[in-house]
Amino acid sequence: MKKFKYLISKTLDEAVSLYQSHGDSAMYVAGGTDVMVKIKSGKVTPDYLISLTHVGRNSEIRINPETGTLHVGGLVTHRTLEMSPLIKLQYPIIHDAVQRIGSTQVRNVATIGGNLVNAVPSADGAIPLIALDAYVNIYGSAGEHSVDLIHFFEGPGQTVLMNGEILTEIVVPKQPPRTGGAYQKFGRRAAMELPLIGVGVLITLEEDSNRCVRARIALGVAAPTPIRTLGAERYLVGKEINEDTLNEAGKLAAEESRVRDSIRGLAWYRREMVAVSVQRMGLTCLQRINQLKAK
Amino acid sequence: MSREIKFILNGNPICIAIEEHWTLLYLLREKLGLTGTKEGCGRGECGACTVLVDGLAINSCLYFAVETDGKNILTIEGLAAEDGSLHPLQKSFIENGGIQCGFCTPGMILSAKALLDENPRPTETDIKQALAGNLCRCTGYVQIIESIEAVVDKRIEDINVVVRETGDSD
Repeated sequence: MKKFKYLISKTLDEAVSLYQSHGDSAMYVAGGTDVMVKIKSGKVTPDYLISLTHVGRNSEIRINPETGTLHVGGLVTHRTLEMSPLIKLQYPIIHDAVQRIGSTQVRNVATIGGNLVNAVPSADGAIPLIALDAYVNIYGSAGEHSVDLIHFFEGPGQTVLMNGEILTEIVVPKQPPRTGGAYQKFGRRAAMELPLIGVGVLITLEEDSNRCVRARIALGVAAPTPIRTLGAERYLVGKEINEDTLNEAGKLAAEESRVRDSIRGLAWYRREMVAVSVQRMGLTCLQRINQLKAK
Repeated sequence: MSREIKFILNGNPICIAIEEHWTLLYLLREKLGLTGTKEGCGRGECGACTVLVDGLAINSCLYFAVETDGKNILTIEGLAAEDGSLHPLQKSFIENGGIQCGFCTPGMILSAKALLDENPRPTETDIKQALAGNLCRCTGYVQIIESIEAVVDKRIEDINVVVRETGDSD
């Protein structure tokens, strides 16, 4: 295995300045569960790894008391998200996804920021966050800026991050009342598996009826990057949410998906499963909204 | 590049000079002679290299040795009592046929320990989920799950239960 120097940064500025001094021969690393695999296989050959793990302020989950927005630090591990009562109760769509990523051993170390920055088409972490209209905060030598998560991905392994920029935080806007979300990772095995298809559905209903006022349908592995199926979303808005309308939305989402054949599954099958999963997740959204009401 | 780190290994404080590109697995096996921790796939898929870092199960083949500085590491060698008597999980794996070739066993047992420390009364599903990152090619998993269930049923009072607060796992 290639030798590298491991540089520990305590602040974002220190990390960025280390990156600037070492340029192309440096890589950022957090949990390292992807970076180490890539180094061992020779896919990347950095001379310097700049560890972000000790940049303290980005490893928290918190709600901004004034705006109600959810802030998830880029260094938060999947396991921390999985075990968080706040996430489980208020953002079950995120809980659905993070509890099925890798194994316990991986989730204990791997970070949500790392999952997003890797930008694999199957990124389970990204789909629920896209359905929630999340944006990410990015820090670099030019300062801080934000990008909607749906626009963060440019292709497999490609993001809008410029050289030396760091994804510091994921921000989820406060969700309206009567909003329910659900994510299904559809695969053959419950762990250590990439999904055949990943489906996130988020629905907001009118105050006193099952009429939909907002819908989000986000898909993983359905295109080179995570996508939203806007036609299916538009179809649902204004409609009563039930098995029939969700069935139709599922078909529309399947048509909009750009699934392909791969070693894990064939395109026709993935397309069928998009339709099925959208309907199922939509029904789970309804259940969850009704549970909120019951409380 | 060499660097000195300090950590607790199986209850004993250790101070050692390491190379920055070493994995924890390499440090344990090749430099400290603790060969109970196995290397299977070397890429975080099989769980044979599982050890506990501050109580959390991790794949030591992907874990930077540098990052153990200041932490508490438990390997399979640290599980038995000082007088050599086996941990209830170890006894149960032997009694219930949870071991065949033994290669996956240290990782299985440590994953099980992390689970029981956090959740002393796991369901079968909880056990399966906790072991999902530990592959076994001999037993077919049934006896492994039974070995853990036997500990939950009978020996609960023998286990040193440490309830970890949520949110401190980073």
